[in-house]
Amino acid sequence: MRFWLIFKILLHPIRYAQDRIDAWVMARVKRQAGPIMIGRNRVYILPTRFGYFFAFMLLIMLLGAMNYSNSMAFLLTFLLAGIGLVCMHHTHANLAHLQLRAGASEPVFAGETAHFEVRVDNPATHPRYSLALSWPKEEARARPGDVGARDSTVLMLSLPATRRGWLPARVFSLSTEYPLGLFHAWTWAELEMNCLVFPLPSAGGGAPPANLGHGGLASSERSGQDEFAGLRSYRRGDAPRSIHWKSFPKLQRPMVKQFADTLEQELWLDWSSLAHLDIEARLSQLTRWALDAEAGKRAYGLRMPGTVIAPGRGDAHRFRCLKALALHEVAP
Amino acid sequence: MKEYLPLTTLLRLLAVLVLALSPHVVRLPLWESAVIAALIAWRGLAAYKQWRMPPTWVKLIATLLAFGAVMASFGRISGLNGGTGLLCAMAALKLLEFRTRRDVMVMVFLLYFMLVTHFLFSQEIWTVVYLLGCVTAITALLIEVQHLGALAPRQTLRKSGTMVLQALPLMVLMFVLFPRIPGPLWGLPSDAGAGRSGLSEKMSPGDIASLIKSDEVAFRVTFVGRVPPPAARYWRGPPFDHFDGHTWEEGYAQLRADEPPVLEPLGNAVRYEITLEPHRSRWLFALDMPDASSVPPDAFVAREGHLLANQAVTERRRYDLQSYTNYLLVPALTERNRTRYLRLPRGFNPRTIELADQLRSKSMDDADIVQSVLQMFRKQNFVYTLDPPPLGRDSVDDFLFETRRGFCEHYASAFTVLMRAANIPARVVTGYQGGQRNEIGDYYVVRQSDAHAWSEVWLESHGWVRIDPTAAIAPQRIEQNLEAALGIAEGLPGYLSARGRLRFYFEARWDWLNAKWNGLVLAYGPELQQEFLSRFGLGELRQMILALTIGGTGLLALFGLFTLRQFAPARVDDPALQQWQRMTRQLAKLGYVQRPDEGPLDYAQHVGALRPEWAEAVAQVARLYVRSRYLHAPDSARQDELTRAVRAFSRRARRS
Repeated sequence: MRFWLIFKILLHPIRYAQDRIDAWVMARVKRQAGPIMIGRNRVYILPTRFGYFFAFMLLIMLLGAMNYSNSMAFLLTFLLAGIGLVCMHHTHANLAHLQLRAGASEPVFAGETAHFEVRVDNPATHPRYSLALSWPKEEARARPGDVGARDSTVLMLSLPATRRGWLPARVFSLSTEYPLGLFHAWTWAELEMNCLVFPLPSAGGGAPPANLGHGGLASSERSGQDEFAGLRSYRRGDAPRSIHWKSFPKLQRPMVKQFADTLEQELWLDWSSLAHLDIEARLSQLTRWALDAEAGKRAYGLRMPGTVIAPGRGDAHRFRCLKALALHEVAP
Repeated sequence: MKEYLPLTTLLRLLAVLVLALSPHVVRLPLWESAVIAALIAWRGLAAYKQWRMPPTWVKLIATLLAFGAVMASFGRISGLNGGTGLLCAMAALKLLEFRTRRDVMVMVFLLYFMLVTHFLFSQEIWTVVYLLGCVTAITALLIEVQHLGALAPRQTLRKSGTMVLQALPLMVLMFVLFPRIPGPLWGLPSDAGAGRSGLSEKMSPGDIASLIKSDEVAFRVTFVGRVPPPAARYWRGPPFDHFDGHTWEEGYAQLRADEPPVLEPLGNAVRYEITLEPHRSRWLFALDMPDASSVPPDAFVAREGHLLANQAVTERRRYDLQSYTNYLLVPALTERNRTRYLRLPRGFNPRTIELADQLRSKSMDDADIVQSVLQMFRKQNFVYTLDPPPLGRDSVDDFLFETRRGFCEHYASAFTVLMRAANIPARVVTGYQGGQRNEIGDYYVVRQSDAHAWSEVWLESHGWVRIDPTAAIAPQRIEQNLEAALGIAEGLPGYLSARGRLRFYFEARWDWLNAKWNGLVLAYGPELQQEFLSRFGLGELRQMILALTIGGTGLLALFGLFTLRQFAPARVDDPALQQWQRMTRQLAKLGYVQRPDEGPLDYAQHVGALRPEWAEAVAQVARLYVRSRYLHAPDSARQDELTRAVRAFSRRARRS
């Protein structure tokens, strides 16, 4: 253990120091409800690759100016050096005194990408440019944005959602290289932001939960020969087989078939009916059914250990059901 | 991540490239200028019409071709001209593979570099304006690239202009305090500072006449005290003692081991300071005759009485001197030297030698011979002209007996040859004569057009005596200037002929400004720095570095404070809002943060629900705040009420 540590220090002394500094800084970042005011002492700054290259170029220019004893070359070199130093302050100030607040984050299904909105307020009379959010040790992939004077803007952070439940936003950085790209200024922040991740709907619909109705209708009444009631737009979670492919070339957007009889049926999605599956598979299956039922405009209820949601329809109902599924046995 | 350039950014980049390249056009060969222009035009069109970029092999071949062509044009790819040619070509070729933001960064660095190369050719005052303009434009480009999507040029130029302005004090500080090291670090390329005219190491007929066409400044002189009259202002340059029938040269290497010539001053010394433009030779000009004791430490008085520096003058330099316009130079000539100053090439100019023999046979003494030759120039129809006919093999014969039209070097050469033929030791001296006074700065400007050649003869008991045959032909040349001597009919170079009063007035001021610029900025090297800084007690290297560090840090700290203040939260103007924010800040500290979706009243309710003991106070503040801010015009009574309510809450919150 000790040997490895020494080995690591010897092999990459700078990287080791960098890691230690990062760890130290990260430990100081507190998760906050926000708003987070970025004080000037919380903005870190280092030269970029181009910054080092710029310094190298200035060195060459300086040597040239010395060799030729050329006063104008000295002037240019010193002017550029001055601009470099001034740029450091501009880049630093471009982040200082900004305020970060947590924005909304739309729920997603497991396997999709969660988007966290971060609201950046600029209380100063100077606009800020090219601000980018990113996770540590990642190139900023989100679009950088600007904030006008006394204005605010919304920047996005994205994170792949792998598991159902609450996906917390980790520590992230707000960084900028404006105006010249010679310096990289950044600050660490962690906002109380969580994204709700619904279970991954299972692939095939499986058998629709037909005979689960408590005083509902008999399963035989729902058959393939239901009366066709019309088309509606595709919504996320609709089963591929319910898509009306014939109309796709004409309309250029997917439509979903609706059947008259399904509109009246009431459905109970029951945890206990899937005893043969493990917990995650059950949740996936229930999610699939809930989506199908919603797509089919049928009223549906959810019955799970500890939770019973009375039958209903609509986005709010769907959200309640999916949230219950997402948070099943998840530590709060 | 590859981010492709917006069209507008690319077009602006091309414009800046044109700006940075334009001064180089005069120095580049025609083919290169044409190729660069074509590449720029092609890149603009390609972006506009969305043409495909050329494949790699085309780029490779183009690069190799450019290398070859530069090599063929300049003879090499290093050195000043070749290097600049290559840099310009490469910058233009970079356009062939130019598409992402990263490429712009590389291009921007190339552009900065191109600016430096420009200053190796020209450092006049206007280049400062050019420098600031170009740096602002290039920096604006860099700013634009840092931003996703094109910014308005007004915006980027303003930002870069601000940055340049803010960098100026730092630039001045570093310029003054950064320790300068003397001399070149790795040697100058042989073509450094090329394109300057000046006296050369030999003199053939026509050399000085061609120099006259240049308006460039050779040096500037500031006299301390007495100013010698124009006729006494002979600025001694390289003297020549060896004649091969056509060209005058220095016959012997000028070594330091030489004893300086014996000089006996007659009369008072003239003290003056010379700011010499670089001419890439070793001689320093001095008023006839310089006092050996006043010579700068890195120079010496050479055998022929002229000043030589230890190294070639490649940068502008300033030196103080003392001279005697009345003197006795080399009272006793050694036999060896006497033969040297009498030597003539065999088999040249037979008629001249015949003439000398005739003069000698009249049993005149040396001084009479000199006078009779000058009389000959004066009486016979000799013409002083800038445009003499060409001379044959026996150049002196041709001149004295055939053409009789010549410029100062013809007269000096012919006179010296005639003297030597008459057994009088003689030599040719080149340098400058006269100089124009600048009323503004009270100094004298000596230009290349003041270049001159004269003779010196050695006379028993007089030593070396300056004889200027030109003065015999055209006395105005010596007493006034070239213009007066030649007259308008002679077809003077353009700049000399039309010197009106107004032109003269502006010229004097412009030259004064140039002199200041040269003396204060361009000549600011190790010596001047030492001299200037020791006035403030910063003469030593350690002190310079210390002062530079302190000054730089101080300036940057001041500047940082200023910038942070600019970016600090703006003051809230509305007093009601101020009070409300006082309370919300206090609540936030206690852990009750206003959610983005909450208005003031909802927030008060939310806090009240969590802390019932504050409910009333908070609700009161919220009510008053909403009334003041949204319902009524500002009113001091209501404002006071709100302030009291906030205070009441504050007390309550602190107590619990």
